[in-house]
Amino acid sequence: MVGTPKTTIMAVEFDGGVVIGADSRTTTGSYIANRVTDKLTPIHDLIFCCRSGSAADTQAIADAVTYQLGFHSIELDELPLVQTAANLFKDMCYKYREELMAGIIVAGWDKRNGGQVYTVPMGGMMVRQPFSVGGSGSTYIYGYVDSTYKPGMTKEECLDFTSNAIALAMDRDGSSGGVIRLAAITEKGVERKVVSGSQLPYFASA
Amino acid sequence: MHIIGGVVGPVVREVLAVSHIFLVRNELHWYRVIKIHLGITENILRTNLLKYDLSASTFSPDGRVFQVEYAMKAVENSSTAIGIRCKDGVVFGVEKLVLSKLYEQGSNKRIFNIDRHVGMAVAGLLADARSLTDIAREEASNFRSNYGYDIPLRHLADRVAMYVHAYTLYSAVRPFGSSFIMGSYDKDDGAQMYMIDPSGVSHGYWGCAIGKAKEAAKTEIEKLQMKDMTCREVVKEVAKIIYIVHDEVKDKSFELELSWVGESTKGRHELVPKDIKEEAEKYAKESLEEDDESDEDNM
Repeated sequence: MVGTPKTTIMAVEFDGGVVIGADSRTTTGSYIANRVTDKLTPIHDLIFCCRSGSAADTQAIADAVTYQLGFHSIELDELPLVQTAANLFKDMCYKYREELMAGIIVAGWDKRNGGQVYTVPMGGMMVRQPFSVGGSGSTYIYGYVDSTYKPGMTKEECLDFTSNAIALAMDRDGSSGGVIRLAAITEKGVERKVVSGSQLPYFASA
Repeated sequence: MHIIGGVVGPVVREVLAVSHIFLVRNELHWYRVIKIHLGITENILRTNLLKYDLSASTFSPDGRVFQVEYAMKAVENSSTAIGIRCKDGVVFGVEKLVLSKLYEQGSNKRIFNIDRHVGMAVAGLLADARSLTDIAREEASNFRSNYGYDIPLRHLADRVAMYVHAYTLYSAVRPFGSSFIMGSYDKDDGAQMYMIDPSGVSHGYWGCAIGKAKEAAKTEIEKLQMKDMTCREVVKEVAKIIYIVHDEVKDKSFELELSWVGESTKGRHELVPKDIKEEAEKYAKESLEEDDESDEDNM
């Protein structure tokens, strides 16, 4: 993938975990190289990242962070904090900001602070948010997410919120499409879902 | 020349004279003897059990590394430091011997901050302890920079212990001549306390003492039910124990250095505030007087 990040990714915190979602389109130019991509990458047992931007860059960074976090977790003999994963992403994305094109959302669960979402956009800043959207498709849904989000949603409400938002983005953004991949991360583990074809939320526009 | 008594023993096998130092051998060992006065040994400094104790890279036939043991002796020569972990925090107390009235009060600290949430009390060679404080600070700082949160005490203790241990492996360096007690408190893991000795071993403790009066201090500490006490209560007990184990005869004046970290300090390691410290010292002095009085009654 070259040029601006061509994706829609999203993550939402709820009490007890996070819900993450992404579209599944990878393009080289206008050719869809992969229409069933998995952009939700596990970094540790209960920590995932959503990748947007250059596929090569984000995969390389995710691999490096997975290694570092795994080592750290074994040294400490504890599950790592989501904050730590986000910090490791931020350090790499900031240090090599001129060479990289990577917009990443880090989300997961840890026992200290529960469900957390950290966004690390291109340039290498890092900030925690109750929910975050990213990728080229995200620009089309800021209005929707800002007006629909309310604090204190349940896991099911978050799953609906995420799949609706990504469906709307996929409808308008030519660089996003395919299926919606969702994952819910809680203390108990990770549940993954795929929403495709006729199951996709449909918003009639006359 | 006939040498009687002293540490060397009655039977001497061989004597070599090297200027004012004599190398004297009995059945087991060579000894370095500074002065021999006619038939009576005087000022014998039994310094080296030559051969196995000159470097940390040598084991003795009975499986000991003497340099490390000598380093621990250096700790035992220093004044006492104790740490007590309680329900909601950790309290440190150090008996800081004042060698000269010209010292500025409060100088020569024996308790340090390693990052905001970790405190460390030391005993032994202070210069060694201070350089290790810098190492510990660097470790904590790097951790925070790499991983984005405060270093867990268990991990810090492991890293510092690894460093201390490294200096017990080579003949080019000597082991650190100090022991360290580290403590921290946070909401998730509660209060924790670890002690590292010159051999590089680190253990977690509820109560710990290092320095010359450590055995007496440990006896006093064992009497406490610290798991059920709060920091406020333990501060007074720590002051009392330091006053109890302080030897009035051998060491004249001392300053008490008290610090704590716990829920009441919101996880920050700080010196105990002046008013609480004075209250604790008052309690300590009164308890000592009570003990003295009860002795007199018995007579």
